[in-house]
Amino acid sequence: MTAIVPGTVPKSSPRGSGARARMLRSLLPALSLALVLIAIAWLNPRAISYFGFNLMLNLAIPIALATIAQMFVIAGNELDLSIGTFVGFVGCVTATWLRDAPLIGVAVLLGSIGVYALLGALIHLRNLPSIVVTLGMSFVWQGLAILILPKPGGKAPDWLLAIMSFKPPYIPFPILAALIIAAVVHFGLMRTSYGVILRGSGGNAAALRRAGWSLLRTKIVLFALTGLFGVLSGMALIGITTSADANIGNGYTLLSIAGVILGGGEFVGGRVSPIGAVIGALTLALAASPLLTFMHIPPDWQVAANGAILIIVLAARVLISRRER
Amino acid sequence: MKKLLVLSALAAMLASGTALADTSGKKIAFSNNYAGNSWRQAMLDSYGIVTKKAVDDKVVAAADVFTTADKEVPTQAAQVQNLILQGYDAIVINAASPDALNGAIKQACDAGIVVVSFDGTVTEPCAYRVVVDFKDMGKQEVEQMAKFQPKGGNLLEIRGLAGTSIDDAIHAGILEGVAAHPEFKIVGSVTGDWDQTTAQKAVATILPSLPDVVGIVDQGGDGYGAAQAFAAAGKPRPTIIMGNRQDELKWWKEQKEKDGYKTWSASIAPGVSTLAFWVAQQVLDGRKDIPHDLLVPYLAFTQDDFEAALPKIKEGGVATHEYTQEDAIAAIKANIKQ
Repeated sequence: MTAIVPGTVPKSSPRGSGARARMLRSLLPALSLALVLIAIAWLNPRAISYFGFNLMLNLAIPIALATIAQMFVIAGNELDLSIGTFVGFVGCVTATWLRDAPLIGVAVLLGSIGVYALLGALIHLRNLPSIVVTLGMSFVWQGLAILILPKPGGKAPDWLLAIMSFKPPYIPFPILAALIIAAVVHFGLMRTSYGVILRGSGGNAAALRRAGWSLLRTKIVLFALTGLFGVLSGMALIGITTSADANIGNGYTLLSIAGVILGGGEFVGGRVSPIGAVIGALTLALAASPLLTFMHIPPDWQVAANGAILIIVLAARVLISRRER
Repeated sequence: MKKLLVLSALAAMLASGTALADTSGKKIAFSNNYAGNSWRQAMLDSYGIVTKKAVDDKVVAAADVFTTADKEVPTQAAQVQNLILQGYDAIVINAASPDALNGAIKQACDAGIVVVSFDGTVTEPCAYRVVVDFKDMGKQEVEQMAKFQPKGGNLLEIRGLAGTSIDDAIHAGILEGVAAHPEFKIVGSVTGDWDQTTAQKAVATILPSLPDVVGIVDQGGDGYGAAQAFAAAGKPRPTIIMGNRQDELKWWKEQKEKDGYKTWSASIAPGVSTLAFWVAQQVLDGRKDIPHDLLVPYLAFTQDDFEAALPKIKEGGVATHEYTQEDAIAAIKANIKQ
């Protein structure tokens, strides 16, 4: 698209078309969310209401948090294949220790963030592929979760239940929560100077090192932030479901990666967008469940239809990226 | 004249008996979290047959089936919430988790929706549970084993999907049975996920490290795989408890014809989904006396009657039983008496 035919004057400067492409790219997640919402409104007008948004989107909050968690590692050119089972592990801790022995619960959760930080250090120092390390960790988290909660059960702490069932006036809580998450992370990662360094560690590590920044430190911070948002995701999830299950978060690993990509992020180069990631997570949550339920597809085809919706949504994103190049 | 009409209308209403309220305008949804094995396929088939007839007979207005794409709890919780938005009057559910869906189930109850769970039941008090006594089934496996292997010996246990309530209940029953029969000792335990291929792999892996095994206690869907693993390793064939699957019963028949091989088979009938459907219909019908926990028997086959059942099971399927409205009313009655 940017190829210039010899002899003609380009209509806009390269800089201008780059800005337009960037604009399109940042608008795309919002656009796909709008499309999914329109489809839902058309299929089931009753869903577009305060009550409806509460029901459709409250399970998108933990997905959005897990997506933000995944976004931090992706910003450092890594992938976290353990985030799903980690969310499950946090869920089990939340529904047991955090309620019965808050001090131990808090200590375990902080400790698990520490483990994430150590993983970052290990991956950087030994130059290990993060996919291998986190895949291994996914089994560790799953095993720990089953140890804590051999059979489904436990109960969320009352304060957590109260937070997650909070009903603010006019704006449904899930939308409010999504706005807050997006705003906080956007400010931290996109508007502060250390945020630039963090993204730079994925964009141009060599330049950062020459400038005297510790890459070990950026990796540790990125992984610790992933751990932190993983913990928030697990707690939010248990606040909604009220009770835990060792397998509760397993689907979040791939969902969070898809959310980051749908939200305009790239696997390499430190190119991520917190706002896009949150919107991407909401879109995936809406496209996968409410849209599918409202479409009345015969049961034999529902599973395949779910996959088809995800592919269509993600393919739109890839098409736009290609135009950009 | 007018008075007479009213009177006769009243009489007609009284005569119609059990139907307290009309359910012909009610919509019942079925939330299912998994469809990927023979048991679940049979469950969906039975449900489809019975509900299609119920809709054609105008007993209910609609009975739609919704299956989630993955086995995950959050997906099913979201699905239940969407069914609330869809305006269904009742939700029949085979839940991914007994506890973790309670938040969504409570929201459904609060919206005035009747929730009936079965197989994978939910603990939320407002929901109804159609429960098969899995613990008793596990215990009965060891009791039966004691008949076939009176001298006792080593047992291998094949577990189901880890972290589920069904696996936990059957396992507890087996442990109870072994405690009552100290001549048996569980020397090994593997996870078979109620799936022949998984079970075969798991058993083949643990076999070389095991002493001689006289019997296998399992959870259904894993017996044939275990038999294959023993055959491949060239080990003597133990007494394998079966789980009503067509391939299991067929193998049993072959072995019986060869040398009089004896065992026992039990599992929850997939058609219990239809019982849950009728329970939901009865609640919508206005019955207030239905207990929230309904215990229904599991489906078992013995040496004498399994061959008669075998031809009725679809290739690759599971023995099932489709319940009628009368069956449901009888089951409710049996549970009220207790």
